[in-house]
Amino acid sequence: MGENTDPVLLKRFRSGDVRALARAISLIERRDESVRELEQALRPDAKTPGVAGFTGAPGTGKSTLVDAVVSLLRKKQSSVAVLATDPNSPFSGGAILGDRIRMQRHALDPKVFIRSMGARGHLGGLSLASREAIRLLGAFGFDEVILETVGVGQSELEVAAVADTTVVVLTPNLGDSVQMIKAGILEIADIFVVNKADLDGYTRVMAELRAMLSLAPKAEWKPPILATVASRQEGVEQLWEAVLAHRRHLEKSGQAQALSEQRLRDETGEVAAELARRRARQALEDDPELARRLLADRTPYRTAEEILDRKR
Amino acid sequence: MPSTAVRPVRIVVAKVGLDGHDRGVKVVARALRDAGYEVIYTGLRQTPEMVVDAALQEDAQVIGLSIHSGAHMTLFPAVVEELKRRKATDIIVFGGGIIPDDDITALKKRGVEKIFTPGTPLQDIVDWLRKRFPDSPAK
Repeated sequence: MGENTDPVLLKRFRSGDVRALARAISLIERRDESVRELEQALRPDAKTPGVAGFTGAPGTGKSTLVDAVVSLLRKKQSSVAVLATDPNSPFSGGAILGDRIRMQRHALDPKVFIRSMGARGHLGGLSLASREAIRLLGAFGFDEVILETVGVGQSELEVAAVADTTVVVLTPNLGDSVQMIKAGILEIADIFVVNKADLDGYTRVMAELRAMLSLAPKAEWKPPILATVASRQEGVEQLWEAVLAHRRHLEKSGQAQALSEQRLRDETGEVAAELARRRARQALEDDPELARRLLADRTPYRTAEEILDRKR
Repeated sequence: MPSTAVRPVRIVVAKVGLDGHDRGVKVVARALRDAGYEVIYTGLRQTPEMVVDAALQEDAQVIGLSIHSGAHMTLFPAVVEELKRRKATDIIVFGGGIIPDDDITALKKRGVEKIFTPGTPLQDIVDWLRKRFPDSPAK
């Protein structure tokens, strides 16, 4: 165990203590190395949960939709963990994480775990932290993991890189079809959902989406377009059916295997980058001569290579 | 980028009981965010069990409660009791609302660490948290 490791954390985690799981996720969020030992110890009994990602512009009703999906999954007796990401302030680093507000009815259900994450709090990126958190949630026994992120930048791409199935949530009146091409959401969606389908403008957004998708290059999986009114639980069953259909498609086509292999490679790259960053920071701290030379020559590339070439 | 060594302070902020006056709690949440804290706002009409459950899942170190209904003598200590029951007494509880001085003394005795009354400058709340968590990466 590392010096920071709570010696009873693993035991508490195994006994199903929610607080141990919550603490472990915090360790992941701040890239505390001690969590790696925990992960290693849990690996043998870890199952792989299904991972669905929900993303979309602010106000499209993602949290309400996720809440509705959680209700459906609970009816099917699955246990569900939700990782909800909200942006951090670029100025203070602080965040208001408000996704729980829409998920009140699952409070006190021990088979539902909801965790809010600030998007920027992760050295090494959101996808790395999410992957590790998903493994822990699997080890804790959750059947399904839902990632929710607001699509305002790159965080939705990171979610798409982690989820098996990415659901892009739209609503009527978000803007014209050009907004959809701009946003880059067409490429990441495995499923489109037009939520708040009871609003005016519903037919138009459906037509525009169809027109957009008809121009997309031919692929084995054609993203379906579904309509929901999440606040009334309408269309949620069909949405989950589509998620399961996509999952079956991944399995049958062999993409699931290929995807998981590719992701292991990607993750290794991300971890390597993180370790290198840590080493560089440490080297510059420990070696004033090196730091002095860097400041004099102003050659970060050469200094970085020198640091990585050093024997450890 | 926040430092890796220190644990960032996470604060669950909630309205307990049947009280819909959420202007104050939102202003406080915003101020705490601007001070660099991660604020998890859980919304209205929370029971003590719900608040504590959220704090455990979110690995929060602090619970901030807001109440304007007059039920503070019941609900604030109920949150403290629930923390005891869940063996999570390391999570500290503070509160805000229209609360008479006598009640503040009584609440502190029952484990509510700090009470802020109407008119408190937001900076006072931030300063109190800074003093309470001097190592936190919040600016």
